[in-house]
Amino acid sequence: MIGFDLSVILPELVIVGVAMAVLMWGVFAKHEIGSQALWLIALLFFGIGVSIVLTGRGTDVAFDGMFVNDAFSRFAKVTMLWSGAAILVLSREYLIRAKLLKFEFSVLVALAMVGMMMMVSAGNLMSLYMGLELQSLSLYVIAAFNRDSLRSSEAGLKYFVLGALSSGLLLYGMSLVYGYTGAMGFAEIAAVIKAEGLPVGALFGLVFIVSGMAFKVSAAPFHMWTPDVYEGSPTPVTALFATAPKVAAAAMITRILFDAFGDVVSDWQQILALLALLSMYVGAVAAIGQTNIKRLMAYSSIGHMGFAIMGLAAGTVAGVQNMLIYMVVYVATNIGVFAFILNMEKDGRAVTEISALNMYSRVSPGRALALLVLMFSLAGIPPLAGFFAKLYVLQAAFDAGLAWLAIAAVIASVISAFYYLRIIYLMYFGEATDALDGKMPVLHMGLLAASSAALVFGVVNMFGIEGYAAQAAAALLG
Amino acid sequence: MDFLLSLVTFFPMLGAAVMLVFLRGDDEMAVRNAKWIALGVTVITFIASLEILIQFDPSNPEFQMVEETKWIAGLTYKMGVDGISILFVMLTTFLMPIVIGASWKVDKRVKEYMVAFLLLESLMIGVFLSLDLVLFYVFFEAGLIPMFLIIGIWGGKDRVYASFKFFLYTLFGSVLMLIAIIAMWYDAGTTDIPTLMRHTFSSEGISVLGWQIVGGAQTLLWLAFFASFAVKLPMWPVHTWLPDAHVQAPTAGSIVLAAILLKMGGYGFLRFSLPMFPVASFYMQDFIFALSVIAIIYASLVALVQEDMKKLVAYSSVAHMGFVTIGIFTFNKQGLDGAIFQMISHGFISGALFLGVGVIYDRMHTREIDAYGGLAVRMPSYALVFMFFTMANVGLPGTSGFVGEFLTLVGAFQANTWVATGATTGVILSAAYALWLYRRVALGDLIKQSLQGIKDVSTRERLLFAPLILATLLLGIAPGLVLDIIGPSVDALISNFNIATAGLLEPVVAAATN
Repeated sequence: MIGFDLSVILPELVIVGVAMAVLMWGVFAKHEIGSQALWLIALLFFGIGVSIVLTGRGTDVAFDGMFVNDAFSRFAKVTMLWSGAAILVLSREYLIRAKLLKFEFSVLVALAMVGMMMMVSAGNLMSLYMGLELQSLSLYVIAAFNRDSLRSSEAGLKYFVLGALSSGLLLYGMSLVYGYTGAMGFAEIAAVIKAEGLPVGALFGLVFIVSGMAFKVSAAPFHMWTPDVYEGSPTPVTALFATAPKVAAAAMITRILFDAFGDVVSDWQQILALLALLSMYVGAVAAIGQTNIKRLMAYSSIGHMGFAIMGLAAGTVAGVQNMLIYMVVYVATNIGVFAFILNMEKDGRAVTEISALNMYSRVSPGRALALLVLMFSLAGIPPLAGFFAKLYVLQAAFDAGLAWLAIAAVIASVISAFYYLRIIYLMYFGEATDALDGKMPVLHMGLLAASSAALVFGVVNMFGIEGYAAQAAAALLG
Repeated sequence: MDFLLSLVTFFPMLGAAVMLVFLRGDDEMAVRNAKWIALGVTVITFIASLEILIQFDPSNPEFQMVEETKWIAGLTYKMGVDGISILFVMLTTFLMPIVIGASWKVDKRVKEYMVAFLLLESLMIGVFLSLDLVLFYVFFEAGLIPMFLIIGIWGGKDRVYASFKFFLYTLFGSVLMLIAIIAMWYDAGTTDIPTLMRHTFSSEGISVLGWQIVGGAQTLLWLAFFASFAVKLPMWPVHTWLPDAHVQAPTAGSIVLAAILLKMGGYGFLRFSLPMFPVASFYMQDFIFALSVIAIIYASLVALVQEDMKKLVAYSSVAHMGFVTIGIFTFNKQGLDGAIFQMISHGFISGALFLGVGVIYDRMHTREIDAYGGLAVRMPSYALVFMFFTMANVGLPGTSGFVGEFLTLVGAFQANTWVATGATTGVILSAAYALWLYRRVALGDLIKQSLQGIKDVSTRERLLFAPLILATLLLGIAPGLVLDIIGPSVDALISNFNIATAGLLEPVVAAATN
């Protein structure tokens, strides 16, 4: 059986193996191998994503239910791997300019990726926690990767302290659940709940677990770390934070809630609805006053996670499916946005002030147009994919009887439209000032164009991700 | 051709894409190409839309030339045309070449300008042709993007404020409609518009947060749609975005806004509120009447004191849209016919008035009424044209403006005498502000030094006014051309409405008997 178990976790094993090998190579190589390591890991992510798409079938359970490889986890993994690969590729030039291109960066990203893959495949509280910590520890380090910068160190430390607190909450919740149900596996917990109902102690545990996880997805009121960490970290790290870990955390919440507590939806639905509501409004209102584009994106991500959680709060197959679609669209948009932010430069210095975008459309109309599409998509204006993503989750929430949440959500989306419009306004009809002059590498241009084109042409058939998301949701709840 | 409607809808968008991809540089050559391509595309679209008119069978009240394909999320891409929508499509395709012609003097980012207008044309046609609720919403909302940019980039001094106000106001109105669309989708299991027209939404009274809602779910859905259409139309008191947007938008933007975009609100009432929520519409009649009468009188009075010509015409639009809503909610044939007629006719007349303002703005770069006077001396042709459209705006018999207002008032008189009385006051006031404007701008002695050298309308401007004059006269002399096309669809709408509301008491009586 051990052979079978190992075959199930083969993708993770390969990444770990390569990460270790690169670590050795980096230590013993005569020159800095940052660039090669980055390309290697990025290609590896991409390749493993492809192989999962091509070979992934059915549901495999390994290590006595500790690790589950089903359509749901595969959907999340492919999203994370490909977005991770894209972010790595985008990071290169920035890291070179900031003299941060060390091989450790890629290795840490690879290890974080393994942690994330573990999170979305976990079938047991234990394996879930292991995956989460592997991911978190790697991310703490790369948040502080620019160790000569006060801001970056501060970001890393803040992230670490608050992250540790949330891990504590999570562990406490897990121990309560274990104490009251006597089980660690999601299936066993579900069986106990089915047989005896949800013990009050386990309900407390559930609340702690949800709080801890809300922290990881940066849902309000557990969002305080996000703007500071986004702003302080090197921009490639911010880009990473905005994509793969969000998907991993959202998928992890989904799995634990539906696999372990799927029979008591009414017990957690209100918690999630409240988290969604607060996140949407914090994201919408707090972003208005921001002058730094990274902080703005941090609040924007809080708001968007609110929408994704609204899909989850529906507690239905449609809700899960639509949440997954939402995350994919969100990640695709963010790759484009960060491809742009990474190249915001003036006189060779990175700029993150929004006001630097003044009349940008004169300097480079193509890039401005792409960013315009991305911003309208984030604001959820049809016919862009961001609108359909919102429509899906709104529909799921409404059908599940959360009409009040859906109404609150659309009002929040109008408020948030304001600051997305502001960026467009600056680019197209603001005051002319010193323009950005950063050159954009072809690859970045390609990703920016691909991302915005995808959002435009998504209106035709959403590139078929609906079908994959439906399979994923069915695998989880089937 | 089975895809004629899609072709007409997406041809301008295709033209925009071609321009965006293939047109490079911003030298004189590229600018000229951009203008001619845009003009060519809009003219071809107009010719193609004539084919719709030829194939259209006016005696059939059903949707015709229907196209249907599967789309995402269990939705369908469905297009079709009936007696109500066809005229709005024709209005759009007819006006767009004029709009492009009116922008011939634009000198700033011409390519982007033309692309924005072509995109806007596609989206506007799509609004009138779509037969799927979500598809309708997509077109309806997507139009905000080009309009936001048109006001923002090519607008006047306070364009930033105006563009944000326009965008956020209309977006706020629309998102509530989105929730209503989801609710209808949930209730009826489909977003197909013809099916929803036959679906009966519950009108059992319900209680929401302790409020007793007469008409139940229908009323709530009706209100959500109302929020969107009332902002778009615009109705008093949510009209305040319109004067700002009009004043700041470039001439062509104002024409599109007044002539076509406002009509989406009225079209929405006809397509959704009346057929899908008849009971709620019935109960809301007095509410609409009250808002409309206030809009007519208030907007007319406000128009009287305006110092900016565009603002004056904008307030006059608000007043005219008041007639439209009264006409729609009379639920009788004259009223509905009049409302649709009024919308079409207002499309020509307000378009021409904004064009007229644009003509002198291009010469003097001011819209202040006080800056003009005695233009008839130097610009006799212009004075004549402006006189014609001023009269049409007032509703002079023989112009299309008369038919619309007259039918609406006849319908209103049958429904409610007091409303008809109030609305008629508006006709008098409209004569006051329009004629006074004309006197201050065109008549009197030419005493202002700055106006001495002003030139009369050029050939290009004559060509722009000519089709509008023809259309206004044609519809004024032979209104049957329009009424025959809309007749069967309006009859069907009214008979369905009467069946759905048969046996309902007047709200006041209902309250007394409860």
